[in-house]
Amino acid sequence: MKSVLILVDGANGQVAKSTGELATFAKRIGEVIAVVFDPSLVAGLGAYAIDKVVVVGGFDATKFSPAPIAESLAQLITTKSASAVLITSSARGKEIAGRLAVISGSGIITDAIDVDADLITTQSVFGGSTSVHANVSHGTAIITLRSNAVEVIAASATPTQEDFTPTISDMAKLATVTSSQPAAKGGRPELTEASIVVSGGRGTNGDFKPVEAFADSLGAAVGASRAATDAGWYPHTHQVGQTGKTVSPQLYVACGISGAIQHRAGMQTSKLIVAINKDPEAPIFELADYGVVGDLFNVLPAATAAIAAKK
Amino acid sequence: MRIAVCVKQVPDSWAEKKMNGQVLDRAGVDAVLNDLDEYAIEQALQIVEANSPTKEAGPESGHTITLISMGPDRANEAIRKGLSMGADEAIHVVDDGLAGSDALATSLVLANVIKSGNFDLVFCGTESTDARMSVVPAMLAQRLGWAQLTFAASVAVDVGLSEVKIARATEVGIENMSAKFPAVISVNEKINEPRYPSFKGIMAAKKKSIQAKSLSDLGITPSEVGGKAAWSNVKDALLRPARGAGIKVEDSGDGGSKLVDFLAEKRVI
Ligand SMILES: Cc1cc2nc3c(=O)[nH]c(=O)nc-3n(C[C@H](O)[C@H](O)[C@H](O)COP(=O)(O)OP(=O)(O)OC[C@H]3O[C@@H](n4cnc5c(N)ncnc54)[C@H](O)[C@@H]3O)c2cc1C
Ligand SMILES: Nc1ncnc2c1ncn2[C@@H]1O[C@H](COP(=O)(O)O)[C@@H](O)[C@H]1O
Repeated sequence: MKSVLILVDGANGQVAKSTGELATFAKRIGEVIAVVFDPSLVAGLGAYAIDKVVVVGGFDATKFSPAPIAESLAQLITTKSASAVLITSSARGKEIAGRLAVISGSGIITDAIDVDADLITTQSVFGGSTSVHANVSHGTAIITLRSNAVEVIAASATPTQEDFTPTISDMAKLATVTSSQPAAKGGRPELTEASIVVSGGRGTNGDFKPVEAFADSLGAAVGASRAATDAGWYPHTHQVGQTGKTVSPQLYVACGISGAIQHRAGMQTSKLIVAINKDPEAPIFELADYGVVGDLFNVLPAATAAIAAKK
Repeated sequence: MRIAVCVKQVPDSWAEKKMNGQVLDRAGVDAVLNDLDEYAIEQALQIVEANSPTKEAGPESGHTITLISMGPDRANEAIRKGLSMGADEAIHVVDDGLAGSDALATSLVLANVIKSGNFDLVFCGTESTDARMSVVPAMLAQRLGWAQLTFAASVAVDVGLSEVKIARATEVGIENMSAKFPAVISVNEKINEPRYPSFKGIMAAKKKSIQAKSLSDLGITPSEVGGKAAWSNVKDALLRPARGAGIKVEDSGDGGSKLVDFLAEKRVI
């Protein structure tokens, strides 16, 4: 049977949902080996379709960003004869995958939305207008997968657990983390995991309250355009777009966002797109399934009230 | 200080893109300098200006900025734009054998050029708008054996100490990182506001050197790069049905409730 390494994501004892998605994909291919660098996450792995958990230790993974993670995974590819490594498509995930591809002499595919039992991936490119099927033809298949692309399957058995101490080169320790501020974790769902995202742009004029109230009525995550994050109205970690996060929820609601190409790059593969904008000519309406031409300060509170009335 | 900036020419992001067989059809669309690479050039310029006795970039500053680009002949236009912003010179790797190269081959070629240039710092954008892989800077650091300082939202360089500090901004939050030269740095779009080339800059750029290099100049065998050497293969690319035209309503007080009716009808709420 093939074995597949998946890189576990999460923080403070909370395993990211995307890790469950990686396990779900990996289970189609073979034995699922979860590689975890943060021991606090081990307990949370029992919920997913994982056969084996490898706890990597012997160095402080939080002190040197991606390099030592990539070296550890490369060593595990050899010891476990892995056919594939699946990693979540985040900024950090893709960098780890890139280094890993170089070290292990393997091909790499990023931003896949699907991978089948034969390791053939599907990517959605050019704003969702084109589906590309691809495979890795050399070495171990290094694949990064977008969040929210598959329904997570549950665990079938308790995974076995082992420890692994990699050899970390001096080169991997050249850049050191001197301090860090973890992204603030609010009460709302994580942007890339949420099935509904409500985003605000320059049109909010700095007042995100109606956006947040509507988001909360739907149990949604809150996103923002670059105009809103640059102005300091919302944290950068909530930016949706080319240089922000890529989201692909069931429903995306753009409020006071014009729909610049860089914003679209992060949301245009959403299943259903709604836009609220004062300007009937705003480009966001070109891709909206439902557009309301109007002032978000009127439309959003009315919509929030209508949701409350339905409950 | 010797600084290199890796710049790529990409299809204009507003242009409609399509596939030509297994690869992106680049011929039919306008090409521009990858916008994030402008931020990388700007950052290099600001560092040189801050450390220059005359507070200006250029040969008198004692520091040099070399643009490095791999791409077809017409990538020259993007390189020229970077030179007109104020970079000093450029190396352009151009060879028919490079067509269809994957990120692994691109990083191999760029690392090869960087190795022979005696650079202290290499700047990149965080992502090219066509490939959208965000992996080349990390691959470069790995291939060169240099420090990787990527996704920088701010950069501070201490030339005396040969040290560079960044604030790395990713989904996990902010990590303050530091390393000694040499380092590969990628910058995001929060870091600065790239300058427009001035008339003087445009005129000066016409006289600046763009050195063309072929694979044989770099000692790279053609079997290591290009489409045939790619370690990932596109099997097929299928057009998906286009999104149908949506519904658009004018709000006259009932826009919010109509919207909610639509969401209920679509069963998303
Ligand atoms: C390298 C680079 C990377 C970038 N990355 C990103 C990215 O990741 N994400 C991103 O979003 N952008 C990104 N951008 C910026 C992008 O080009 C746009 O500038 C940005 O998306 C605009 O944000 P906006 O739509 O909120 O603002 P605007 O374009 O100013 O649009 C505001 C909209 O709000 C509407 N409006 C105003 N008041 C109201 C009201 N009361 N009610 C309803 N509607 C109202 C207006 O009609 C207008 O359409 C990037 C740009 C560059 C160069
Ligand atoms: N062909 C190329 N020539 C020069 N620099 C490149 C090339 N491809 C990628 N880069 C650099 O790597 C960064 C990230 O690109 P990518 O990994 O393709 O998303 C870009 O912003 C450039 O700085």
